[in-house]
Amino acid sequence: MLHYTLRRTALLVPLLFGIVVVVFALMQIIPGDPAVVLLGQDATPEAVAALRTTLGLDRPLPVQLAFYVANLLQGDLGDSIFRGEPVIVAIGSRLMATVEVAVTALALAVAIGFALGVLAAVKRGSIVDTASMLCAQIGVSMPVFWLGILLMFWLAVQLNWLPAVGRGEPLLSAAGAALTGRWGVLVDSVRHLALPAMTLGVYSAAVVSRVVRASMLETLSQDYVRTARAKGVAPWRVVFAHGLRNALLPVVNIIGLRFGELLGGAVLTESIFGWPGLGQLAVTAISQRDIPLVQGIVLVFATMFAVVNLIVDLVNAALDPRVRLE
Amino acid sequence: MNKRIIWGIRHPSLVIGLAIVLTMLFIAAFAPLITAYDPERMDMANRLAGPGPGHLLGTDNFGRDLWTRVAYGARISLLIGLTSVTVAAAIGTLVGLAAGYYRGWLDLVLMRIVDLFLGFPPIILALALIAALGPGAGNVTIALIAVFWTQYARIVRAVTLVESEREYVVAARAVGLGDVRILLRQILPNALGPVIVLATLGIGTAIIAESGLSFLGFGVQPPTPTWGWTLAYGMRFLRTDVWLSTVPGLCIMITVLGFNLFGDGLRDMLDPKAVSRRL
Repeated sequence: MLHYTLRRTALLVPLLFGIVVVVFALMQIIPGDPAVVLLGQDATPEAVAALRTTLGLDRPLPVQLAFYVANLLQGDLGDSIFRGEPVIVAIGSRLMATVEVAVTALALAVAIGFALGVLAAVKRGSIVDTASMLCAQIGVSMPVFWLGILLMFWLAVQLNWLPAVGRGEPLLSAAGAALTGRWGVLVDSVRHLALPAMTLGVYSAAVVSRVVRASMLETLSQDYVRTARAKGVAPWRVVFAHGLRNALLPVVNIIGLRFGELLGGAVLTESIFGWPGLGQLAVTAISQRDIPLVQGIVLVFATMFAVVNLIVDLVNAALDPRVRLE
Repeated sequence: MNKRIIWGIRHPSLVIGLAIVLTMLFIAAFAPLITAYDPERMDMANRLAGPGPGHLLGTDNFGRDLWTRVAYGARISLLIGLTSVTVAAAIGTLVGLAAGYYRGWLDLVLMRIVDLFLGFPPIILALALIAALGPGAGNVTIALIAVFWTQYARIVRAVTLVESEREYVVAARAVGLGDVRILLRQILPNALGPVIVLATLGIGTAIIAESGLSFLGFGVQPPTPTWGWTLAYGMRFLRTDVWLSTVPGLCIMITVLGFNLFGDGLRDMLDPKAVSRRL
């Protein structure tokens, strides 16, 4: 396992380097003079020349890339063109908001997805199965931003149960406040988190439930499950100890893949609910064509995705020895 | 019972999906004939009119007919969805065939490029490209192609690796058939099934992605009606006129559902094993 862990972790290095090169290339594929495009047509020639120097666009391409990588290694992602602050600062102040909503959504997705998937598999062919798979099919086909608007209309506008936009205290510090007896802070924080997390989680829940169902059905039809049943093992034990455990592998895999979609969905969800995270920052940066900021955000998203996939592969290897020997 | 009806009952996903897809294609193709207004024509006297006889689905705050706008919006979504998936499938298929057939360093290089593209969360990659290239129909299509081509490359490569070892390919090579002929006539037909299924499901994904980009304001620019932007714009009237954002969203969902059902149905039909696995 140690050997596999080291080998798999080492593979992260070339991938991250490739990602850095692609992100660097974003500045190069801007049609026309990037400095003019970034500052707009009304910019003075002096301002354009100054930006070109700041961005290093007057240097040869390989030198630019070398500087870009060297700066990155020192944690310098450049400066935002319109915000007057380093990219790393702009990202740092919003990263946790995105992680908070993405992780909560993933947890919801796994919980709902497993419940629906196991239920559908155990009650195969029944009305429960058909209904939950119909829900899953609709969940997969529903654009996340539309679901967000419907939930907002229903739960915030009509019923007035949840706040429509914004974020309360960060969840961790709200939990800290609750420990000191200020429960209201935590409740407020969770109430703000509920709509964005539900919106983001539904699509993944639908996908997870379909994979859990398919995987469970396959496992439950195996000979050893029949043997277990014949031996008189309790039905719930057959489902959970024999079925679910072996059905886990494809599910873990799909969770890793879904995480990428989840980060993309976060951009849409955050802009609907005014959630002050990286996604909302990305939308502003793209509409202002603040390319250094866009580059930084893309880099952070891609790195998060790469690390989650590393973890998924390691969990897979831990669950299934065959993976380690490949 | 009629054989066709029995066949339809056995493949409900395929039939329902195909019906939805054909309906949406019909609406898109004949939008000018089945709507009574111009999608960009403003009529301030009838602004924010609810659904009624004159305006089937009501009007927006400029008095523009919503039914007309979603019918024309279908053109944009379907055109970008179909184009990006077709081109992505073509590029991916060529890459997959080359990598799987020639193997060696070519395979290594091509597959590392595929891995690199897969290293980015899909929508994030599309957004990054649009940030650099600028918004608009052409650039959205390019961004979606960049996101989607990799899955076709992977699946076609996998099929090619297996098929190129089979006797009939070895025999074809022995009788002196050229590589291009072997790839296109012998190996490609085996990969077409999975590619078609993947592409059908992919169109739904592409439509969601396109309308998501339009929703954020990075797609085809207003006043051209797109589903995503019509929905985003309708959000401003969520408290008073909820149908303005409900209708375009429903259009996206039904269309995507259609392609998903159709794709699932095709997969079950082409791969009977998949059916027994799902049931």
